[in-house]
Formats: sequence, C-alpha cells, structure tokens
Amino acid sequence: MMANSTTIWLVIIGLGFGTFLIRFSFLGLVGGRELPEWCLRHLRYVATAVLPGLIAPLVLWPDATNGEPDPSRLVAAVVAFFIGYRLNSVVGAAIGGMLSLYGMQYLLSN
Amino acid sequence: MTNSSSRSYFWQGYRDCSPFILIVAPFGLLFGVVATEAGLNLIETMTMTILVIAGAAQFTALALLEDQAPTFIVVIAALAVNLRMAMYSAALVPHFGKASLSKRLLASYFMVDQTFAVAIKKYDSDPTLTLDQKLIYYFGCAAAICPFWYGFSLLGALLGDSIPSSYSLDFAIPICFIAITAPMLKNLPHLVSALVSICVALLLAWMPYNLWLIVAAILAMMAGAKTELMIQTRQERKV
Repeated sequence: MMANSTTIWLVIIGLGFGTFLIRFSFLGLVGGRELPEWCLRHLRYVATAVLPGLIAPLVLWPDATNGEPDPSRLVAAVVAFFIGYRLNSVVGAAIGGMLSLYGMQYLLSN
Repeated sequence: MTNSSSRSYFWQGYRDCSPFILIVAPFGLLFGVVATEAGLNLIETMTMTILVIAGAAQFTALALLEDQAPTFIVVIAALAVNLRMAMYSAALVPHFGKASLSKRLLASYFMVDQTFAVAIKKYDSDPTLTLDQKLIYYFGCAAAICPFWYGFSLLGALLGDSIPSSYSLDFAIPICFIAITAPMLKNLPHLVSALVSICVALLLAWMPYNLWLIVAAILAMMAGAKTELMIQTRQERKV
C-alpha cells in the first residue's frame, strides 16, 4: 500500500529542502572564515569515517537476502577492496567487484 | 586564469569522476524502478530525484512511505541518512569558503558522495590549486554524475519493473564506496578511522533513524585525528 499523493509531495519537498540545507550548512554559515586547526584535523577524516560505516551493514546483512550474510556479496566486497587498495584503481575496484559478484552467483547457482 | 586552462580543469574533473557513471547509472535506474513500483508517478519520481540527488535517502524515504510511516518520520529518517553531507560541507569549507554565495549555493546542490570524494582526493594531492580551479574541477565532477542520475532515474521510471532483480544492482553502491575508500587507506590515521567507523557502525546497527552512522562517523573522525596527533608527537620526539 502506498501513501496518498499529498503525503508523497510533503516528503519530496521536505526531503529536498532539508537535504539542501544540510549540504549548504557549513559552506553557508562559515564561509570564508578560517577553521581552527583541531577542526581541520578532524575534517580530514570525514570520507573515511562516513563511507565505511555506511556500507558495512549493507555488506554483512544485505536487504536483498533479507539480512542474511551472502557469500557472493562478501567475496565481491573483498575483491573490490583489494583491487582498490593494491592497485589504487577506483574503476578497477568497482568493475572487479561487480564481476566477481556475478561470477560467484553463477558458480553458486550451478 | 585563461579560459582554456579553466576548461581543462572542468574536463579533468569530468574524467576523474566519469568511472562512477558505471555505478550511478544502475543505481538511478533502480531508483526509478523502485519508485514506480512503490506507486510514485513519473512527475513525483523525477521531482524527488532532481531535488534530492541522494540515492540512499531516496530509497529510505520510499521504504518508509511503503510502511505507511508518519510523514514527519519519513522526512526525518531520510534526512538522517543525509546528515553525513553536513560533514562534507564542513570539509569543503577550507576549499570553497571564499567563493561567492551563488557558487557556494550551486556547489551545495551538487554535493554527492562521488563528487565530494573525488574532489577532496584531488585537493589533498594537489595543494597548489586555486579557488577557481577547485570550483571548476568540482563542477566537472558534478557534470559527470548528476545528468546520469537524472537520466537513468527517468529510464527506470519508464521501464518500470521489467528489470529482473537477479542483476543485484543493490550491491552497486557498497562496491562503489569500497572502491572510492580503499585507495585512501594508505596511511595509518585514515586506516584507523575506517576501522573504527566499520566496528562502531556494526555494533550500533540496532539504533533507530540511522543514528548509528552519525555516532560511528564522529568516533571515527576523532580516532583519525587522534592517531595523526600521536604520530606527529612521536616524530617530533625523534627529531
């Protein structure tokens, strides 16, 4: 069952406007002022602090398998990590990861 | 700065971000399909995708709408998924802080995981870039991502549910984030912050409204900064 169209539009507008405010927050408020060194030191780690945590549950407990750990997805994640880490190749890691996912699914289905 | 050199920074950003078209395209397609299945019409689907440009939050909103959650909860939970972008916004202040208001507004609109991650990697590795060069590079990144996000969402909404789930497109996003992050882990502080992020996220996964992600991110940033300080003091003692 789906919500009615008023609810859908309220969600679209609320989410669109709210997301923009989040994105603009620091760029808008802080602007050209210098940030203190302790703050910059923390900001250097934003990407590695957010992205791994965001995906860790998705890798271990994927929705597609109703939260059960899935060997194909685990192998794909490990392959993508090692290609990215050893070869410094983001594209290679992404392609290698998806190909090993399909490869594992093919092997396990036979 | 001459026109030709600014153009070259634009295309450099476009080129560095273009591999992610391979990720954004299937994910956008999937969003269009899922939104249509969930009962959104074409205009609703496209308005959401163009206003929000944040896949994970859009999927969260759809899932909660299907669960008949109260409107307020749907918006708050989906916004919580996007709170990480406040940290991206802060991380971009040292680079874009002195830009004009209109450019900061535009840069905010185009702030997505891929443009942020690729741009920040570039700025770290090339500290001589000027404000204009950084901005043009960033918009080059956005030009490689956002039009494909809109276009493939549209395609997905038009194709509807004729795409089989056996393509496992759900896993394109985790793979994308692993691919972006892995090459960043070459030094100890970044590695420590990533490990703390993963452990805390998994331990606190029971927390509602994506609070686990916010806690994990804050602790992981602190861990990275602390490790950096410890390495620094140790080196100073040796000298």
